Amino acid sequence: MSITTDITVEEIRKQFPILNQEVNGKPLIYFDNAATSQTPQAVIDALVNYYQKDNANIHRGIHTLAERATTGFEATRKAVQQFINSNEVEEIIFTKGTSEGINLVAQAYGRKFLQEGDEVLITGMEHHSNIVPWQIVCQQTGAKLKVIPVNKNGEISPDEFDSLLTERTKIVSVVYISNSLGTINPVPQIIEKSHKIGAKVLVDGAQAAPHHQLDVQKLNCDWLAFSAHKMYGPTGVGVLYGKRQLLEKMDPYQGGGEMIKEVTFAGTSYNDIPYKFEAGTPNIADVVAFKAAIEFMQTIGFDFLHQQEQSLLQRGKDQLFGIDGFQAIGNAKEKASVIAFLIDGVHPFDLGMWLDAKGIAVRTGHHCTQPLMDHFKIEGTVRASFAVYNTVEEIDHFAEALTDIVKKFRK
Amino acid sequence: MSIADKQQEIVEEFAMLDGDMEMTINYIMELGEQLPEMDESLKTDDSIVKGCQSKVWLMADGDESRVAFSADSNTAITKGLVSLLVRVLNDEEADEIMNAEITFPQEIGMNRFIGTQRSNGFSAMIKQMKLYALALSSKTQTGA
Repeated sequence: MSITTDITVEEIRKQFPILNQEVNGKPLIYFDNAATSQTPQAVIDALVNYYQKDNANIHRGIHTLAERATTGFEATRKAVQQFINSNEVEEIIFTKGTSEGINLVAQAYGRKFLQEGDEVLITGMEHHSNIVPWQIVCQQTGAKLKVIPVNKNGEISPDEFDSLLTERTKIVSVVYISNSLGTINPVPQIIEKSHKIGAKVLVDGAQAAPHHQLDVQKLNCDWLAFSAHKMYGPTGVGVLYGKRQLLEKMDPYQGGGEMIKEVTFAGTSYNDIPYKFEAGTPNIADVVAFKAAIEFMQTIGFDFLHQQEQSLLQRGKDQLFGIDGFQAIGNAKEKASVIAFLIDGVHPFDLGMWLDAKGIAVRTGHHCTQPLMDHFKIEGTVRASFAVYNTVEEIDHFAEALTDIVKKFRK
Repeated sequence: MSIADKQQEIVEEFAMLDGDMEMTINYIMELGEQLPEMDESLKTDDSIVKGCQSKVWLMADGDESRVAFSADSNTAITKGLVSLLVRVLNDEEADEIMNAEITFPQEIGMNRFIGTQRSNGFSAMIKQMKLYALALSSKTQTGA
């Protein structure tokens, strides 16, 4: 799967037309990849091609276009199955994103099986989308939400996890890579320990999918949710993987077309997985185009991705950490290509605005992880997150720009 | 100078910056530095304007014949932006403030410079200033 070719970053950049533009009169430097990564021409072409040639509703039509649209849609399902190495293609459910995947599990599994006295375990670095769905289902069922604390480096301690994992724990839902800090959590160990006491594990793979080869059989997670738009794919598409026996036990999440077998006013029997969870007309075009994003990643290969991103991270640390007042937030040993930081005496909002004026796109704010920001006693950070098409020259330029901005505040 | 004249003055000042983003931010920050300091005791939860990514405190004093605003922000750029509003509406009659049509943010391309989301913060600030004017004018009327 990982074909390590002699591909260069320069060649990769050429595949991303959006990067070739000026913003506020400066060449665009896009460092907001943890929010949304850019799409290569192949993905854009697939999207255009779908609308120019194949657009039709899927699964029910018997005409040629419907057949083509269905084939394209299901081909992506197959590509996802291979990409994450799931046992069966039916274990791949299309959602509109990671959030929907987590909500689906919370409602279709949690609401059915959680009882008063049960516990759901998450970490202190979860995105709101892996907190709120569990708060809702805990309210509905009387189960309790427990949180594994985060230390000053932005890591969870194995000991804390061990002490919170008890026979009352029924679901463990953890983020693989933190969107705010870049911390890579010891998910394989978490899964193994959770299974020993009979808890099910959902992995929020939104930030992991673009950086790590996710093999669900090897990981042995019960569910995995991720989003296409963070892995060079289109917006509005996500994947929920679930083990067949669990998906079959789960109630439908939403009612509508596609998810039924037979409907009468007296009652309805439901379709088989995965269709049971795909009510209504899905986001066909973007699902079809998502396949091109997976192929893009496979062509580059995870070895190259990893190597490139880690060298960007290292360059970022080397260049940024010495800047006047620079304070990194999150210094985990295992870290993805994310640098979150504050500058003493300068509000992240001002930094974000100044960087934008210089053509540099970063994220500022709480990054949808307010409890984590509360833990660090900060309101938010500036976050620079790198993708495979970013260059060391861009990082150098970023460091120069930041130094220049900080000077304006040190008069 | 009328509210309309003050707005016109701002539009002309910004026109000289020729749409250059860095120069514009620099100028906005300079304006913020000139904003008179707000008394710390006025910076309470009641005076915070909701709807901004950054924090803005706004307070008013005076009566219907003259409303005096004080403002501050925890970010340099937002402080500059709110200083523009203070400059336009400060020392005016409550009625004038309530009826003022604030057009300069659009005219200086505020949408382009600070984005839609933050412009909403800007309209929240304007709304708050008008509410203060209303409160001060009704207080005067009740008192009389």
